[in-house]
Amino acid sequence: MGRYVLRRLLIAIPTLIVISFVVYAILALAPTDPLASFGADPRVPPEVRERIRESLGLNQPWHVRYVKWVIAIAHLDFGYSFMSRSPVMDLIWQRLPNTLAVVGVAYVIGVLLAVPIGMISAVRRYSVFDHLSTTFAFIGFSVPTFFTGLLLIIIFSVKLHWLPFIYDSTLKITSLSTLGDQIRQSIMPITVLALFDTATIARYTRAEMLEHLPLDYVRTARAKGLKERLVVLRHVLRNSLIPVVTLVALGIPAVFGGAIVTEQIFRVPGIGELLVRSIGQGDTPVVAAILLIFATLVVLFNLVADVLYGVLDPRIRYS
Amino acid sequence: MAAATMTLAACGQSTTPPAASGTVAPSATVAAAKRGAGDDLKILYWQAPTILNAHLATGTKDSDAARLVTEPLASYGPDAKPLANGLAAEIPTVANGGVSADLTAVTWKLKQGVKWSDGSAFTADDVAFTFSLMADPKTAVSTSDAAEGVKSVVAKDANTVVVTYAAPNPNIYQWGVGTCCYILQKKQFEAFQGEKLKDAPGNLKPIGTGPYVVDTFKSGDVVTYKMNDQFREPTKPYFKSVTFKGGGDAPSAARAVFQTGDVDYAWNLQVEAGILKPMADTSTKGKLLTVYGSSVERIMLNFSDPSASLGAKRGEPDTKHPFFNGPDGKTVRTALAMATDRKTVAQQIYGDGLAGKAGCNIVTGVPDFESTATTDFCNKFDTTAAGKLLDDAGWKLGADNVRAKGGIKLNIVYQTTVNAVRQKTQDIMKQNWEKAGFKVELKSVPADVFFTNTSPDGANHFWADVEMFTNNSDPDFTNYLNGWTSKQATGSANNWNSANYNRYQNPAYDTVIDQLRTEKDPAKRAALFKQANDILILDVVIIPVVTRTQVTSGISNTLKNVVPTGWDSEMYAVQNFGK
Repeated sequence: MGRYVLRRLLIAIPTLIVISFVVYAILALAPTDPLASFGADPRVPPEVRERIRESLGLNQPWHVRYVKWVIAIAHLDFGYSFMSRSPVMDLIWQRLPNTLAVVGVAYVIGVLLAVPIGMISAVRRYSVFDHLSTTFAFIGFSVPTFFTGLLLIIIFSVKLHWLPFIYDSTLKITSLSTLGDQIRQSIMPITVLALFDTATIARYTRAEMLEHLPLDYVRTARAKGLKERLVVLRHVLRNSLIPVVTLVALGIPAVFGGAIVTEQIFRVPGIGELLVRSIGQGDTPVVAAILLIFATLVVLFNLVADVLYGVLDPRIRYS
Repeated sequence: MAAATMTLAACGQSTTPPAASGTVAPSATVAAAKRGAGDDLKILYWQAPTILNAHLATGTKDSDAARLVTEPLASYGPDAKPLANGLAAEIPTVANGGVSADLTAVTWKLKQGVKWSDGSAFTADDVAFTFSLMADPKTAVSTSDAAEGVKSVVAKDANTVVVTYAAPNPNIYQWGVGTCCYILQKKQFEAFQGEKLKDAPGNLKPIGTGPYVVDTFKSGDVVTYKMNDQFREPTKPYFKSVTFKGGGDAPSAARAVFQTGDVDYAWNLQVEAGILKPMADTSTKGKLLTVYGSSVERIMLNFSDPSASLGAKRGEPDTKHPFFNGPDGKTVRTALAMATDRKTVAQQIYGDGLAGKAGCNIVTGVPDFESTATTDFCNKFDTTAAGKLLDDAGWKLGADNVRAKGGIKLNIVYQTTVNAVRQKTQDIMKQNWEKAGFKVELKSVPADVFFTNTSPDGANHFWADVEMFTNNSDPDFTNYLNGWTSKQATGSANNWNSANYNRYQNPAYDTVIDQLRTEKDPAKRAALFKQANDILILDVVIIPVVTRTQVTSGISNTLKNVVPTGWDSEMYAVQNFGK
């Protein structure tokens, strides 16, 4: 097992180097220009733009910039943002709490809701509950988040004036009332995201449960005279959850990546919002850093999922 | 993302400009004249500020967020004239002896007793220091153009600054007034000159003389400010704190001010008039705040040949456009202008005065400079007459409904940025131009790609036949108009970086601009501005479509004393805002 993990980690290094090269190459070849914001501004004439370009180091060919960047990354220096002239890591650290508070919480809620819903749906197949949850799940993953987001804003902010739709990242939770404010401003984005997560994972759990329920070992368990509760929880659910755990683990890096659309709609200053804005502005250091961190997490959590699989399913042996 | 993000604004002709230069008259409703009587002022920009040093700003959002803290010597008021609401005690003029008769030296008297927010005294040294930062090529500040041609800025004594230009400069307030020249504290930035400026902590938390002090700043998200206890006007600011939130999109920003009342001020509501107007009209919470400036949405005609078949010569200034720049060039250009229906665009898309009005001049916003010689030409919308004009010149309709002559067809590629308003305008143009016998292919490019000199799809390369965007000017139009002179023609020689995207080359026009560089008499200057404008319009280098409002923001009904200017930051008088 230890050797397996070590081997996988060593393989990850060239993978990440290739990913970093591809990311940087695409960014370098994209037509977006960090100086585009000066585009139609008569007060920033060509010479000034050239000078700024030079000060950002953009006058060097991109492969030179890439090598410099990789060397810096090896020292864990992610560089400075072109737009805010502040360290990229500072920007990411500033935004991580918001992303975790919204996207992360939504994911946790999604998982916590999805497993019981999927389980009950499978056990009581074709019951009213199953029909309801199926309908809900289909709505969940077929209606895009920008639509549900806008719908919630129009109902709860514009019409009813119950909830704010501008996320206040300066809010500090010091008392019950500020906690209330935090909950009020998070409800809508969390609902939108959790709806999607719940739907996907619940359908998956239900399908796995249905696959296991008619199997021989379940019949054996029942024949032993075990209570139905124990049969479902201890035998069926446990075995059905193996692939679900993998799915959940693989979904964790996406939490870090933020929720681009939802963050934009509710003005949650998260990592997804930072990423999409930086892409638009050609802020290469920020985009490259986020994508590289994201890639690293994907590689890591793939490994975690594989290891978990081996732990949960004794039939699988790594050598 | 909508264009026209970084714009200075222009002066109101829709409403009578309030108060002449000197002071902004506080309206009678000013609330309890006591500092910090109000609670939190909520400002929403759908683009988020990323840096608070205006000299490193990459857009209006940064510059505006910085204006609450740092100030220039004076502002440009609603009448496009300097207004002494900043650090200067009065506006120097030739009459009051502040400006030398040869227009080379300007002596600024500074207000007495002004303090930085850290309690130290503000002096003329800080002003001179700020100039030295701007003038140093190594700092690479985006405001350095204002320092161009300035010989020196010297602190004569603690309260007097002398700005000397290398040559007589009719644009006498070039350095010191408006968004170019927010004064930084010498103490804070002294150790960060040259290339080190980008590492200065003050970029994210500048010390200033303005009404507010940065409390927290999350780049790309939100700035919170506290009132500046050291602010020179003892009764201001009214608000105890300000939250300057960024991000999202313009339509939801409009919703926040008109429908939910979540914010007091929502910036730049570039929303289609059909959506914005009902929202503003039915709102019980907020109202629209607009003022005109020099912003003009214009169609530019290419004088060089953009054909891909030219290879390396494509779009170079020494090539000639097959039909815009041939012997029939002026006829074809005129026909295109005649087939341009600016009234429909202004009515249907810009809400007929809501966010813009049909316009005919490129020099606009200052009544003295506004030409009337172009009015008749622009009112002549007639696709049939345009067709006839082409017919008479031998451009005959082919079986495909496209006019051609000598094997050259009137095929037009028409590019602009990806933007709902612009794309609707394109549709209207295409319809009419095709009636006159042109064949129009529409192209739209994301704004971040369009406004670059590096992309072949950009406005600078202009590898299309016509293109459309908005631009604007300082109150002095000389530099702006210089962008159509021959030597500014953009091409590979200048890395597609010059201002004359049209590649228009007319010695008569160049002469007018040369005269503007030296002419000191205001009346003669006004005549020259008109003359330059008329050449560009009547020779159909540019087809102006809509004169756009410079400020198009939403404010809550309770917010008082907001007097917009079209020539400076929207926050130029934020110290006066009250409830």
